[in-house]
Amino acid sequence: MRLAKELEAPEVVTIDKGSAPRILHYGEDFLLEDLPVGTRVIYPKQPIAGLPNPRAAIRWALNHPLGCDPLPAQLKPGMKVTIAIDDISLPLPQMQRPDLRQTMLEILLEMLADHGVEDVHIIIAIALHRKMTAAEVERAVGPKVFRAHWPETLYHHDAEDPDGMVELGKTRHGEPVRINRRAAESDLIIYANINFVPMNGGHKSVGVGLTDYKGLKANHNPKAIRESWSYMDPKGPSELHRSFNRIGSFAEKHLNVFKIETAVNNRMYQGPMEFLGKNEDDFTESDRLKFQALKWTLSKTPKALRREVFMRVPAGYELIAVYAGKTEPVHDRILEKSYDQYAVQVQGQADILIHGVPFITPYNVNSTAMNPLLVQVMGLGYLFNLYRGRPLVKKGGVLILTHPCTDAFDTNHHPSYVEFFHKVLAETRDATIHSERYEEDFATNPAYIEMYRRGNAFHGVHPLYMWYWGENGRQHVGKVIVVGADNAHVPRIMGWERASTLAEAIAMARSEMGRSAQITMVHNAPVVLADVE
Amino acid sequence: MHARIGHEATVHHHSPDDRHERAARERPASAAFYDVDGTLVSTNVVHAFGYYAANRGRLVESALRTAAVVAGIPAFWAADQVSRALFNELFYKQYKGISRDRLIALSEELFEKVLKPAIYPGARDMVERCRDTGVRQVIVTGAIDLTIMPLARWFGMDDVIANELEFLDDVATGRVIKPLIAGATKAAAVRDYCAAQKLDLSACWGFCDSYADYSMLAVVGRPTAVNPDFRLRSLARSHDWPVVDLR
Repeated sequence: MRLAKELEAPEVVTIDKGSAPRILHYGEDFLLEDLPVGTRVIYPKQPIAGLPNPRAAIRWALNHPLGCDPLPAQLKPGMKVTIAIDDISLPLPQMQRPDLRQTMLEILLEMLADHGVEDVHIIIAIALHRKMTAAEVERAVGPKVFRAHWPETLYHHDAEDPDGMVELGKTRHGEPVRINRRAAESDLIIYANINFVPMNGGHKSVGVGLTDYKGLKANHNPKAIRESWSYMDPKGPSELHRSFNRIGSFAEKHLNVFKIETAVNNRMYQGPMEFLGKNEDDFTESDRLKFQALKWTLSKTPKALRREVFMRVPAGYELIAVYAGKTEPVHDRILEKSYDQYAVQVQGQADILIHGVPFITPYNVNSTAMNPLLVQVMGLGYLFNLYRGRPLVKKGGVLILTHPCTDAFDTNHHPSYVEFFHKVLAETRDATIHSERYEEDFATNPAYIEMYRRGNAFHGVHPLYMWYWGENGRQHVGKVIVVGADNAHVPRIMGWERASTLAEAIAMARSEMGRSAQITMVHNAPVVLADVE
Repeated sequence: MHARIGHEATVHHHSPDDRHERAARERPASAAFYDVDGTLVSTNVVHAFGYYAANRGRLVESALRTAAVVAGIPAFWAADQVSRALFNELFYKQYKGISRDRLIALSEELFEKVLKPAIYPGARDMVERCRDTGVRQVIVTGAIDLTIMPLARWFGMDDVIANELEFLDDVATGRVIKPLIAGATKAAAVRDYCAAQKLDLSACWGFCDSYADYSMLAVVGRPTAVNPDFRLRSLARSHDWPVVDLR
């Protein structure tokens, strides 16, 4: 007979008396905490080796697509082509140069030019995300593509352009299928994805990235979220993904979409920071010194500078797979590879789940703050949803997060978040009421729309989506306790309890779940996805 | 009452669609108040018309450079530093002797030649979107009402709150009917307008570019700094007001 402990994957470590303290993300800082004996700690898998020649791999994929003719065979002079790419919301943090978008675009543009295709537009598929700055765009696409195309033929999707959208029709569920006019009127749409996590890519790309508020309303609502299982399991029973698939399939009946999807490994930390991806029990003396030096430096550095430094340290992500062709077969293959990198077998659910919340979310890259709504979406929207099968924490269990929860907002990037958090959320936390009573106001607010269109602001309705995004986590867990909040009102507004230390939070959680409660800590980041049996 | 409403020339009716009707049903009655100079247009309407009127419209071309010229006159500059109201009072004396018809004709001409090209690219879009939410659209300006009408019509405003010249036998006396609309009195005018129209001030919008209009932004529930000067930008940041750049 094998013990349960032995059935776990090697990435699952059980704390015993001699175990080292564990490192947890805490915004722009780290905590070093002793965990109770018996606590499970789930580590990310080691990075899969990157493909030795990414450019060759991409070219091979374009010439050997799944479910359709090779890309060169689809090209002819005079045709109208639109290339769509992902925005700065992934991968996180930004990857080292060259960014995969640059590599894909350089290959695609060369191929299009070789076949006499001159009418080419590159659209950054932001949906209702913020527009990137010119410098951010240049970093993503590379100087060559930037110089040749920005801003005339390389630009952001504008979901509020009065003449910029086309409605292709409605799905059998009545969801309007609305997409960017230029893309809709093209002979060929090439969507080049970076699949940072399993929820990226697939039918979500065109159906979400190139649509507008009316299009998003079909699935960005509390009902769809409550009826969704893990966001990271597109094949699972999730209304969210079902809606994406209906909309995407409908769009592809009317449009010629050629998909390129790329999976990356999880080499988030590199160089002197590489030790952060290791099991603390395996730390060398040098690793321990590096961590102490890091802590000391952070303690002497102002918060704004710490943010700046964290944002500027790129991740060493490498391409591990690329497929091209029709959306569904391509996405299936990429999902397999993505799970190979991220999925860790875990036996049984936890009563108490601990997650360190890092400094970054898809929505605050290069922002001056990670505001409370983003802490919420990170905890209940993303970290909670990093599972397949069953949630890692039991229904009614306790989720412990570590983050300062500072009441600070980047008003250039998140102007409407301030109003939502301090006016609406302070009044009610009920997402259904938000949706019915406030959503339209935020979505049609002319000031927020202009800031989205002409500035670098997320759309006015976006903070509501952030709250909806946490809805399935909120419905599932019994309690959220945040460790180290620097104020009382932010946790109170979000309906969370507060603890000064992790030990205090665990004691509070145990008083709820019992002394023998199973405690699990996920050692993110990089990304780790629990396959809960 | 200096706040004049329901100008026939400026009332702009829009056929209500579903969204408009729904918005009107669900939201408290409210309005959007727009400053003009620096907010919707890049020029200074008061200066432009003052100079224009002073020259009796002889020099259409000169009007193109009026703002800079007028701002350079030491007496006006000094008055403007002391008080916007004092500045305006001194300034409107230039209108003395001009006929109402002439002023209307000059206004149309100057709108086409000076103001229209100076309208910020995103201004109309912003006004349109605000109208789509079902609120009344109102201009609040220190300019003379007659001079602002063509601009108000172009934007499809519902009302104009502006200064009114005193006329004697249809000839301007150079005096403005008090109280003068400028700075803090804009806030009072907005409050009076809302009371008269039974509008919910806390649901109203304000769009201004200058710190001088702080009071107007402070009285409405939805203040927005548009192309703000340094002081207003700082203030907007500290209050977490939206900051829009239409330039």
